[in-house]
Amino acid sequence: MSASNVVAPSSTNQSGKPPVRAGIKKNRRQQSRWALYLIIPTLILLAVVIGYPVVTAIVMSFQKDAGLDPATGLFVQGGFAGFQNYAHWLFQQCMGTDGTTIACPPGNLGSTFWNAVFVTFFFTVTTVILETVLGLWFALIMNRAFRGRGFVRAAILVPWAIPTAVTAKLWFFIFSVAGIANAILGAHILWTSDEWASRFAVIIADTWKTTPFMALLILAGLQLIPEDVYEAAKMDGASTLQRFWRVTMPLLKPALMVAILFRVLDALRIYDLPAILTGGGGGTGHATTTLSILVIDQIRQGFNSAAALSTITFIIIFLVAFIFVRILGTNVVRTQEAQQKGAKE
Amino acid sequence: MTAVAGPAAATAEANALPRTQTKRKGSSRRRNAGVRTGVQAVVIVLWCLLPFYWMVVTSFRDVGYTFDTTPWFTHFTWDNYATAFSTNLGNHLGQALLNSLIIGVCVTVVSLVFGIFASYALARLDFRFKGIVLGIILAASMFPGVALITPLFQLFTSIGWMGTYQALIIPQISFALPLTVYTLSSFFREMPWDLEEAARIDGCTQAQAFRKIILPLAAPAVFTTAILAFISSWNEFLISSQLSSDATQPVTVAIASFTGSQPHQEPYTAVMAAGTIVTVPLIILVLIFQRRIVAGLTAGGVKG
Amino acid sequence: MKAARLSVVAGVALIGLALAGCTGGGSGGSSSGGDASQNLTGKGPITYVQGKDNSNVVRPLIAKWNAAHPDEKVTFKEQTDQADQQHDDLVQHFQAKDSNYDVVDVDVVWTGEFAAKGWLQPLTGDFKMDNSALLAPTVKSGTYNGTQYAAPQTSDGGILYYRKDLVPTPPKTWDDMLKDCDIAKANGIGCYAGQFAQYEGLTVNVAEAINTNGGTIVGDDGKTVTVDSKQANAGLSRLVDGFKNGQIPAEAITYQEEQGRQAFEAGKLLFMRNWPYVYNLAKTDGSSTVKDTFGIAPLPGVTADKPGVSSLGGHNAAISVYSKHKATAFAFLKFLQSEETQKFFVTQGSLAPVLSSLYDDADLNTQLPYLTTLKTSIENAVPRPVSPFYPAITKAVQDNSYAALKGDKTVDQALKDMASAIQTASQG
Repeated sequence: MSASNVVAPSSTNQSGKPPVRAGIKKNRRQQSRWALYLIIPTLILLAVVIGYPVVTAIVMSFQKDAGLDPATGLFVQGGFAGFQNYAHWLFQQCMGTDGTTIACPPGNLGSTFWNAVFVTFFFTVTTVILETVLGLWFALIMNRAFRGRGFVRAAILVPWAIPTAVTAKLWFFIFSVAGIANAILGAHILWTSDEWASRFAVIIADTWKTTPFMALLILAGLQLIPEDVYEAAKMDGASTLQRFWRVTMPLLKPALMVAILFRVLDALRIYDLPAILTGGGGGTGHATTTLSILVIDQIRQGFNSAAALSTITFIIIFLVAFIFVRILGTNVVRTQEAQQKGAKE
Repeated sequence: MTAVAGPAAATAEANALPRTQTKRKGSSRRRNAGVRTGVQAVVIVLWCLLPFYWMVVTSFRDVGYTFDTTPWFTHFTWDNYATAFSTNLGNHLGQALLNSLIIGVCVTVVSLVFGIFASYALARLDFRFKGIVLGIILAASMFPGVALITPLFQLFTSIGWMGTYQALIIPQISFALPLTVYTLSSFFREMPWDLEEAARIDGCTQAQAFRKIILPLAAPAVFTTAILAFISSWNEFLISSQLSSDATQPVTVAIASFTGSQPHQEPYTAVMAAGTIVTVPLIILVLIFQRRIVAGLTAGGVKG
Repeated sequence: MKAARLSVVAGVALIGLALAGCTGGGSGGSSSGGDASQNLTGKGPITYVQGKDNSNVVRPLIAKWNAAHPDEKVTFKEQTDQADQQHDDLVQHFQAKDSNYDVVDVDVVWTGEFAAKGWLQPLTGDFKMDNSALLAPTVKSGTYNGTQYAAPQTSDGGILYYRKDLVPTPPKTWDDMLKDCDIAKANGIGCYAGQFAQYEGLTVNVAEAINTNGGTIVGDDGKTVTVDSKQANAGLSRLVDGFKNGQIPAEAITYQEEQGRQAFEAGKLLFMRNWPYVYNLAKTDGSSTVKDTFGIAPLPGVTADKPGVSSLGGHNAAISVYSKHKATAFAFLKFLQSEETQKFFVTQGSLAPVLSSLYDDADLNTQLPYLTTLKTSIENAVPRPVSPFYPAITKAVQDNSYAALKGDKTVDQALKDMASAIQTASQG
């Protein structure tokens, strides 16, 4: 007889007692070893593909970009820069003519940093809210049984299945001044150059494209909710709306939080769509420039400074994720014990 | 009784109750619900498909009329599709489709395998540093992808892997892993582990119990993550554009290379044609697998 | 704990890797590039790298070369169609000191940057090229700091398209063109448009306006900032006033080349500044309403005796300093500039040649009616600043002139900021 408690297979109503931990230390060590083997492949892969470039970027962000040797006209290595690159971005500090520090003039990438932060956050908040609401709606419909549901599910995935570059070109085409958007609306909106029109163009295109992603993740979460829970609620006289808020949403919360978290992380790094749709322009020229667009622009001018910007972006995103997990409680480390302690019902 | 999704179950329940007015009310309510669902479904389909429809219309339009905004098919031609596949013009769309398929399948399979291992450990096993591991995996999704290009380029050049499939597959697996791990572990957390314990008592090993009992229950999550990983890989452009060669480039890079017959000319119609060509196989795939992403919570044993 | 130990080891390994990575010739414009004195006599197979071959001229040319040089075969590596993409691809390979890229096709604005990073083989000594038969501005675009680094192979210049049914003689000066705007208003169409969206095309158009009025963006040494001048002010003001007074339609602020072409072909513009590629398309597009009613002319200048200055377009070919077979590469460069090849560029690809004699060839002129106009354009063309900091310079120009065109800044302020931004860019 094993040392663990025998728990009869039942629905989740019963709160079973946790298994007796006779050899708890030995058990844990064994589990840790297994855990190591199972997790190591993932960690190694992430270390090589992402860890190595991140560390490289951080190291390089403290180097100066190459300067021009006036005698030969060739570039020579810049040497150590300390926090100069970071000051360039965070405080808009540029080098003046005699080595003095001046404020970065318009036209220099450093002067657009805070604007890019604003634009990135604006896009993230609007697109994530829109995509969550729409995604929830789509998922609820996809979850129902009706004729032609296969077609509806496939149709919902179409926007996301089209390669981003093609989608961006398509919307660029749709939103051009003589394009079909203006033709249908009977308007003359300068979608790619007006400040707010360009932002909405990006938001519309991104929402259209990425809602299926959210819908799919939320649908997966809906699958975890057993039918009898709904039926019990219905029997108790709950209306549809009540069933939604009191039953569906709480049980959906874990999957929903994961979906929103990852969507936020992706939205903070958005590049392809605004780059192709508006080139980062609009308004006075930076209405849709996100942090990633700024990084690519800077890479063309000096890699070390771009490394500093990437690191700053990384830290910003890290802070957002940290706040998200803390406050909204993406509950990520529950174990079996917590489940058995009756977290369900 | 096995659970069946949606209104069908509710109707079954309603019919089982004492037959009072419930039945008549029930059927008209059912009809209303059906109509409401139908209307919503139509709206959703329109929202998703209208821009795609415009893409298809443009793809069948003669290139001389690229900027025509007539909303239905005019100046119909197959030329754009021929151009898309024409290797004379250096458009390697056929080869690129194959490449994308190979890369996508490898990325999906490997991320699922690694992801399932890691999520099982995180959800089921007890060990220290769980929070740190989760944090590291999440942090991998925080670095701007655009800044990874140069270091990865140099890394792969120095080990001679430029233009190979591995150079494309390995980075994409790393992009897919965090979401895979998080989704699957949030699923495995919710799984009824009592079943696994019961199976172990009946003589299965832990691995067998996992494979035979838990994994089938998590099928919706597994298929969902598979679709997400595959389509993300299908969509990937930035890294592939730098690390691929002519022989290994995926469709996103191939389409970016499309060109008009003149410099500065934008080949909208050909790009739209290529976009349609590239999307159709995915739709077919989804149509085949769409049942798997919605579970009947069958597989016995849950309902008791 | 095993896991703890492992993570410490992994962390140390990572840091070691990173340090190794950055000391070993990391990116970001490190040391002096490759050795320009190596492999000068190397002969053998080479790779030619170019962006998308739109008109299928490169493959037949390479086939011809390969037939004549079986031991020095050329392989064609085709990049995408996007200039930014091509630039980044070249940068990545140069930074990695890739010896597989032997001859590279470089846009005219990349010469300064690549040469200053030490990636291009100087065309001096044994590799000196004979430029006497070429159009002078094209050679200028391949010269940095007094040394030639890139050999011109194709060129391009802006020309003025106009509606000859509405305006029988094309205007020779900007003021004349503005006078013709009354005709445009009477017909309910826009008067003039160029490329004003926020991208490289804007720098092209603004540079043309500035240069036509006698101003410059940077001095002849490529370093002194000269854009904050009266002449530059006059030039930029013409465009700004055009927008303000409605002579340039408001939507032109979103125009790249294709949008302008679309508007012109739909009959919505009286005058358009664009590249020669529009000519054939406007004549053959099914949807073009101006097939027989448009003409071409050199860009309008300030006075009637001197045509407007166009920004030089086109592509040069350069030898990578990391190439192992530079002698073959040099021979291939000369092949690209040979009369036969240049003629093929014209007949097969409708590309503008760099050999000035070809512009007077009667046959070619019947095939490409815009050839004479194009010659005037290129002869009077001025390259955009040949500077190692070109990406930063073009950004400075784009950002500030875009703001000025939209009316968010005065021209004075825009030019001052532009000068300031270009100055900080050149500080490194």
